[in-house]
Amino acid sequence: MQNILEVNRLKKNFATQKAVDDVSFTIEKGAIFGMLGPNGAGKTTLLRMITGIFFPDEGEIIFNGRKFDPENDIINIGYMPEERGLYKKMKIGEQALYLARLKGLSKAEAMNRIKYWFEKMEMQTWWNKKVQDLSKGMSQKLQFVTTVLHEPQLIILDEPFSGLDPVNASLIKDEIYGLAKKGSTIIFSTHRMGEVEEICDHIVLINRGTKILDGSVKKIKQDFKENLFEVGFEKRPELIQNNNIFEVAGTRGEHIILKIHEGYKPHDVLQYLLAQSYEIISFNEMLPSLNDIFIRLVEDTPLARQFQPVEKTL
Amino acid sequence: MNKIWLIIEREYLTRVKKKSFLLTTILVPIVIVGFYAIMIAVSISGESNAQNIAILDKAGLFEGKIEKDKKDKSTYIFIENETEQSFKTKYRQEGYTLFLYIPPVNDTLAEQIKVHSQASVSLFVKSALEKKVNAAIERKRLLAANIDPDTYKNIKADVEIENTIDSGKGQETKSNATASLIISFAGGVLIYMILLIYGTMVMRGVMEEKTNRIAEVIVSSAKPFQLMMGKIIGIGAVGLTQFAIWIVLMGTLQLIIPFIFPQLFEQVSNPVLQEAGSNAESGKLGLFLQSLAALPIGIILFCFVFYFIGGYLLYASLFAAVGSVVSEDQQEAQQLVLPIMMPLILGFVIMTKAVNDPDSGLAVFGSMFPLTSPVVMMGRVTYGVPWWQLVVSMLLLVLSFLFFTWLTAKIYRTGILLYGKKISWKEMWKWIVRKS
Repeated sequence: MQNILEVNRLKKNFATQKAVDDVSFTIEKGAIFGMLGPNGAGKTTLLRMITGIFFPDEGEIIFNGRKFDPENDIINIGYMPEERGLYKKMKIGEQALYLARLKGLSKAEAMNRIKYWFEKMEMQTWWNKKVQDLSKGMSQKLQFVTTVLHEPQLIILDEPFSGLDPVNASLIKDEIYGLAKKGSTIIFSTHRMGEVEEICDHIVLINRGTKILDGSVKKIKQDFKENLFEVGFEKRPELIQNNNIFEVAGTRGEHIILKIHEGYKPHDVLQYLLAQSYEIISFNEMLPSLNDIFIRLVEDTPLARQFQPVEKTL
Repeated sequence: MNKIWLIIEREYLTRVKKKSFLLTTILVPIVIVGFYAIMIAVSISGESNAQNIAILDKAGLFEGKIEKDKKDKSTYIFIENETEQSFKTKYRQEGYTLFLYIPPVNDTLAEQIKVHSQASVSLFVKSALEKKVNAAIERKRLLAANIDPDTYKNIKADVEIENTIDSGKGQETKSNATASLIISFAGGVLIYMILLIYGTMVMRGVMEEKTNRIAEVIVSSAKPFQLMMGKIIGIGAVGLTQFAIWIVLMGTLQLIIPFIFPQLFEQVSNPVLQEAGSNAESGKLGLFLQSLAALPIGIILFCFVFYFIGGYLLYASLFAAVGSVVSEDQQEAQQLVLPIMMPLILGFVIMTKAVNDPDSGLAVFGSMFPLTSPVVMMGRVTYGVPWWQLVVSMLLLVLSFLFFTWLTAKIYRTGILLYGKKISWKEMWKWIVRKS
C-alpha cells in the first residue's frame, strides 16, 4: 500500500531548544497512526510542520508521493489542534460554514455536509447558539466536525478525547473508525496511551524531540514483553514457592502473576502447576500496556514498578 | 484570493451584524444632531427664562431706564424709598425673583453692587446683569469725559481681514482662516480618531484569534498573511460603512429636523435675516459661509478618503503585529502599543499647530512623514497645499504602507502561533530579518 505521508529526518530548532531533532517515519494510506510522547516532546511542533504551519529547518515531508506543498496540499488535511480554536461569539452554524468554506468547499456543498454531520452528532439544535454557550465537550465535538467536514485524506487529531464523556468519546471513536474505513488516514497525537492502544495500528513514540519507538502496536508489545503470565485459580493457593522455572511477581484477586525465567516456556509452568494439582481456570500471557512501555522508556524505570508490591504472605 | 474574500466577509459581517454596531451607528448621529439642536434651542430660548428683577439704584446709574433687546423677557422695576436692609427681607413677598442693589456712590466702588437672590443666580442671568451695569457705568464715564456715547460707538473698530490667494492662474480665491481652521481641525481629529478606534479594533481581533487559538485552525487552511489582510480590510470596510451611514443619517436628520421643530429653525436657518439688526455681524457670517463654499471641497474630500484608507492600512498593520505578539495580558498590550501611539499623538500635536500655521517647517515635515501625514495633512489641506507636496506625501504613505505590511506580516506570522511567552524587541527583530 502506498504511503500517504513520509517524514524524512525532520528538524526544527527554536531559539532555546531542539524541538524536533531528526525524526523520520512513514504512514500508510488508511492507517490509524498514533504519535505518542510526554508533554513538551515536540509532537505539536511536528504536527505543525506536517500541516504547513511551520517550515522545517531541515528534512523533507513527502505527501502522497510528492514533496509537501502546504498551499495546495492543505485542502487534503484536516487539523484539530490540542487547544480548541473557535470564535467564541460566532454562531455555531456560521462558524462551521466559514471553516468549511475556508477549506475550499462551495457554500451549498458545505451546507449539505454540515447538516449531515450535525444530524449524525446530534447537534441540529445548536445552529444558532454561540460557542461561548457550549460546554468544553460540546465545543470539542464541534471542532471535530469542522476538522473532518471536508473529508480530508489526512486527519490530524491532537488529543481528541480530552474533556469528552465516555458516550461522546465512543461516538467520536466510531466516527474515526468510519473515516478510516472510508479511506482517510488518521494521525492521533496524545499522551494517553490507553486511547491509542485500542485504536491505532501503528505508533511512534517521541521524546525530547527524537523518535524512540516506531512500529505496530502488536510488535511493540511483543518486543517489550517481560514473560509475565497471569494464572487464574479456582481458589488461590496460599503458598507457591519460587522455583527455577518461574517466580511470583504479584497477585490480583484469585490470580497470580508469574514471571517465567529465561529458558523456560509457558508449557513448563503449566506442567509444574498441574503437578501440584492446583485447579487452574485460566492462563494468559500478560503483554505490557503501551502505558507501561511509555513510562519505562520515558522515565527509564523498570516495568515492575507499576505492579502492586508483592504480598509476602504467599 | 478566494480565501481572503471569505475572511474579509466574516470579519465584516460579524461586526456589522452586532447589536452594538447598529446601536453606535444609529445613536451617534442622533446624539450629535440632538446635541446640536439642543444647543441652538438653548441659545434661542435661554433668555426666555424670565426674571422679575427689582433694582434699587441709589447711585442713579440707570437714570430710571433700562435698555432691553427683544429677546430679553425679564422685567426690570425700579423701586424707591427702600434700603438694602429693609428690602432684602421682603422682595420675594412682593413678587420679585432678584433684587439688584446699587449703593449710592460713584463708579470707584462699583464692586459693591450686589444682587440678592434666593438660590444662586445662573451665570447667564448674572452676565446679562453685569453687561447692563457695565454699559451704564461706561456711559457715565464717557459723559464725565465729555464724550458723546454715540460718537464713541462709531469710533470702535471691529474688522475682519479678508485673505485673497493669488494662485497664479489668474483667478483669486477668497480664503477665510476661520472656515479653514474649523474644517482642517475637524478633518485631522476625525482621521486621528479613526486610526485609533479601528486600529485598536484590529488589534483586539488579532488578540482574540490568538488567545482562543483560532489562528492555528485558520492557519492550517489559509496563509497567515491572508488572515491578517482579511481582518484589516474587513474592519476597514466596517469603518467605511459606519461613516457612510453616519453621513447619510446626519444629512437626513438635518433635513428632517426643521419640519419637526419649524419655529426653532425659522430663526436659525436664516442667520442673515435674524441678524439683520447688526450689519457687522451679518457681514462676518456671510463672509464665513462664502469662504466655506470657496474651500476646495473636492480636494478635501479626496484627501480625507485617501488618508483615511492609507493611514488606516498603515496603522492597522502595526496594530495587528502588536496584537499577534502579546499574550492574554492587557498590560503587555498597552506597553507594546505605546511605540505606535507616539507617532499618532505626535501627528495630532503637529496638526493642532499646522491648522494655525500650515506652511511652517514642522507642519510640512509632519504632512510628509508617513506615520503622521494622515493626521497632519488633513490639518493643512484646506489652506491649499502645493500639489508636489501632496503627491510626495501620498506616495510616501503608499510606499510605507507596503513596507510596513511586509514587515508586520513577518512578525504576525510567527507571533500569532507563539504562546505563553513574553516576546522581546530583539526577538521580533529576528523574525523580521529571518528568511521564511
